[in-house]
This record gives sequence, C-alpha cells and structure tokens, in this order.
Amino acid sequence: MNLATKKRLSDLATQARVLILNMLAKAGSGHTGGSLSVVELLTYLYFHRMRHKVEDPAWPGRDRLVLSKGHAAPALYTVLSLCGYFPRAELFKLRRIAGSLQGHPDIRRTVGLEATTGSLGQGLSMANGIALGLRLSGNRSRVYAILGDGELQEGQVWEAAMSASHYRLRNVVAFVDANGLQIDGPVEQVMGLEPMTDKWEAFGWDVQEIDGHDFSQIDEAVQRAEERRDDRPNVIVARTTKGKGVSFMEDKLQYHGVAPTMDELRRAMEELGGEVLFEEKN
Amino acid sequence: MGLGRLCTGKKLTGLRDVYAETLIELAEANEDIVVLDADLAQSTRTARFGARFPDRFFNMGISEQDMIGTAAGLALAGKVPFVSTFAIFETGRAWEQIRLALCLSQLPVKLVSSHGGITVGEDGPTHHCAEDAALMRVLPNMTVVFPADACEMRSVILESMSMAGPLYVRGSREKFPDVHCPDTKLRIGKASVLRNGWDIAIIACGLMVDFSLQAAEMLERDGIDARVINMSTLKPIDKETTIAAARETGLVLTVEEHSIIGGLGSGVCEVLSENCPTPVRRMGVCDQFVVSGTPCELLESCGLTPQNIKKTAAEMLSGTRSSAVKPKALRKTKREASSHKNPITRGTKP
Repeated sequence: MNLATKKRLSDLATQARVLILNMLAKAGSGHTGGSLSVVELLTYLYFHRMRHKVEDPAWPGRDRLVLSKGHAAPALYTVLSLCGYFPRAELFKLRRIAGSLQGHPDIRRTVGLEATTGSLGQGLSMANGIALGLRLSGNRSRVYAILGDGELQEGQVWEAAMSASHYRLRNVVAFVDANGLQIDGPVEQVMGLEPMTDKWEAFGWDVQEIDGHDFSQIDEAVQRAEERRDDRPNVIVARTTKGKGVSFMEDKLQYHGVAPTMDELRRAMEELGGEVLFEEKN
Repeated sequence: MGLGRLCTGKKLTGLRDVYAETLIELAEANEDIVVLDADLAQSTRTARFGARFPDRFFNMGISEQDMIGTAAGLALAGKVPFVSTFAIFETGRAWEQIRLALCLSQLPVKLVSSHGGITVGEDGPTHHCAEDAALMRVLPNMTVVFPADACEMRSVILESMSMAGPLYVRGSREKFPDVHCPDTKLRIGKASVLRNGWDIAIIACGLMVDFSLQAAEMLERDGIDARVINMSTLKPIDKETTIAAARETGLVLTVEEHSIIGGLGSGVCEVLSENCPTPVRRMGVCDQFVVSGTPCELLESCGLTPQNIKKTAAEMLSGTRSSAVKPKALRKTKREASSHKNPITRGTKP
C-alpha cells in the first residue's frame, strides 16, 4: 500500500471517529469502545477493498460485509454514510424512533446493510450462507465478516467455523476484532479464548494475525487471503485497542456500552481535530 | 409404531414422504431451491432430495443454530431454502436464530419439521414436541401451518414458493390418514370446513382433524350435529371461519397434538374472547411431559382419541362441564335460519 493511499485511509478513519463519537453523544447511548476499535477494518474494506456501488446497493457483483459484532453499528453506519449510502444527517438520528438507524443493524430499515445482526454469534453462519449461495450461482463476490473476540464465546461461531471449513468456503474472509475487552471485563478473565489462533487453525481455517489499526498490515493480510491457492476459509485476527483514537477511552472497560458525555465529546474532538457537529439541547 | 387402533381401515400417507416428493418436483424447475438438514436427513426424507440434487443439499451436521443462520445467508443470496429436522430441535434449539435471522430479517426461509407432537412415541419426552406452535406463533412475520394430511402438506409446500416471509410447517413421524380428496387445493390462512354442523364446532389441526371427523360421525349417531373445521394455518388464524363457527354453534371444542398453551386452542380463544365470547374447551397436551410409549398409548394418555373427543363434545352439549351452554332450542333456531346458505360437503372447499 502506497503512502498516499495510507494517508487517505487514515484521514477517512479520523473523520469516521469524529462522526461516531458525535452520533453516539447525540444519541445518548450506544457502544463506543467497540465502534472505535473496528474503524480501520471498515474504512479499509469500504474505501479500498470491496467492490460495491453506492448508486446500486443491490448490485449482484458487490462484495458483502456482515458485521457480526452488530453493536459496532455506529462505525458501520458512519462508513456507509461517508460512502454516500445515506445523508450524514441520518447519523444524528441514531436510535431515534424517527430515524432509519436501529441500535443494531437491521436490513429492513437501513440501506447498504447485508445482514441483520446484533445478537452475538450469528453473523458467521449468515456469511457462510451468503458465500454458499454466491458460489452456487457462479458469483465470484467475496463475503467479509467481522466478529468480536468476546463473541467467540458463542457456540454457534464454532459451528459456523466447522461449516465454512467443511464446505470449503474460501470466498469467506472473517476478521476477529480482538480488542481484548467485553462488558464484564477482560476477555481472558471473563471466559478465556487463547490460544485463539490455534483454535481457528484446528477448525481448518487459514489464520493470520495482524495489528488491526495498521492499514498496510490489513491490506497485506487480505491480499494474501484472496491470492492463496488452497480452499480453506480465511480468518484474520486483528489485534485492536478498544476505544482507539481517544486517549482517555483506550482500553477502558467503561466505554463498552456507554456514549460519551458532551464534555467527553469536546475533549475527544480536541484530540482528533474534529468538532461537535450538532447543537446541544439544554 | 403406527396409529393402529385409532385409525382402523384408513389410508395413511407419510407427510414427510410427500414433502420430499414435492420438493424434488419443484426443484426440477427451480434452480434456486436448496435444502438444509441437521443430520436427520433420513428421518425427514430430505436425503431423497440430496440424492437427486447433491449440489443443492447441505447437511449441516448436528448444529441447528448454524443451520438457521446459513439458511438466512442463502436466502440473502437469492436462494430459496427449505430447512428440516425434528420439530423440537428446529423450533426450540434454534429459536432465537429464527427470531433474528428469519423473522426480524423477513426472509423467505421455509422450516419444515418432522417428528412433531407426541406421536414421536418411543424416543420419549426429549424428542417429543408439543411446544412448536407456541414457539413459532409468538414470532412476528412467521406463518405457522400444521397440515392435516399429505394432500395438505403438498398444497402448503407448493404455496410456500410465493411467500415473502418465513414459514413453519409441522410434519410428523407418523403417517396420517387422508382427510382431503387428493385434488383439493388448500390455502394458507384459510380454514376448511370438512363437515358442517350446528350443535358444536370442533376446530382441529394436524392428526386431530381425522380424529375429530371420527368423533363427529359418532356424535351424529347420537343425534348431535358437529361442525368440523381443519384450522391448519395456526397463524394467521382464519378469524372469519372461527367467529362464524362460534356464532352459529355457540360451543367450540379445539383439539390439537400440542400443548393446550400457546397453540390452536389459545389462538381460537384469542379470536373469540375479543370478537364473540363463547364457551371453549381445549383438548391437547395439558401442560405436561409425556413418557416413552407407542403413539397410540401416548395419545390415549392425553385423551386425544376420537372416542374422547366425542365424549368431551357431548359433555359440553349436556352442560355438565359448562353452565354457559345455551339451550338447544336456540341452536335449532340458528340452524334453521342459516342452513340454507351454507351447503358444505366433506372434502371440498367451502
């Protein structure tokens, strides 16, 4: 990845963080930490890797993304909006009864989504099903899925890991946004998953482990996944930082499911070089 | 095995056999049809589809939750998935997956179970399923059908192809007696009145439709004129036929091979309590687990026999179980008033 591309993606990621924090503060609730940890993955996929057409969201040749960790919806909504799928103003109606953006992704409400998710553990099965369906139709599109690390505690994820491997779904590329924290504490304390890469390997996946905030590493891993010759499905374990980009939120448990206050939003905007983008009501 | 003494002399047909035949027939013309099973493909008969169309058959192993998610993904990719396993595992083990991935997403995935009810028999309560209607009926966007016979199973599978949302169809291990003429076209959401009558309405689904017809014949010998309604679609329930039956007979008996909580009996009571309050008795599995045994023994243990349906209906009419039963004279008046405009014969669409 050249420097200009990297710079462009980094700028987009910062823009995305500014919007995510603003929309969450406006909504007054939502999942801040896990939205910020997944920003680079989503920015990379939508602005550099995936084939998709904003003017034709149902274009059959598009690549698909299933956000299995649906609580990171604010990050996905922001990236979709930056792509142009819906106006930016919609972001500020997050979680509002009059808006189209549900607390968790809902394909019947929001344009640009590929699956309804949010109850953890279900997205990889859906991604596999899409991949099977595309293969049956001779469609060479790719299917990306993003899972949380805490989410891997759901048994269905491992059922799906078996299926993808059994049906040789090499058109599936799964990411684990391994930010190390879940609501009740560090993942390793709540219900340990390590050695995580060994588990995926044992289930028959090609496994790579990267820094999930480094665009060059993401790019290399995805390229390698897509150019590999064998027919194993791909998982990229992206080590990330929960709350990434805002110093006082990084690696902090309390920002898992809590929106920033106005004061926190202002401090975050100072760090990111952004602005408060809505009028505060008294 | 078999329904033996409860269905003497009847022609029996396997719902699961007809399901597989119909699927194969549809799939010859429609390349988008795919079938998923969870290691029970021999029992559900989807193995026959797998033998004919190996590329479109996916055995997901013993993992029902993943199976539902995968079916949702296939539907998102434009395929038409039929998903089969035993009723309890299909609706119970994967309930929340059905709720989110199929119902909230409004995807045209068809869940067609086998081994519904207690006639699963010898495998015992772990494998019985008297809860599937309750579990599926509560889900928004879900349609719930309990076919009464093979003819109806075929009609439902054919009609399901034009549905935009999810569907649950309950099949059975047992072969069911044929209650409809083979050419009858049954419609999802429309009950069929299989026998007209004005003294009491027996509303049934699944295997209990045949039993109720048998009961009605016995009642007739005692001078009681029972209407028998096949309410195969439990959701959306046919309100019009239900209300008309209550208005015209004044007494309703529901019969189902399902818990009396949450299934057909509950559905009928929901309609009638708000539209036409009427004395109703619900026959079914009475909030209990039943044990291992033959299908006949288990049905008998729950009182689900033609003889007992007859007895219950007669009791309702004689008022021994209900003080709200209206006088026979009133029923007669209604019968005379409306008998001319409702000529219904068994086996034809009203």
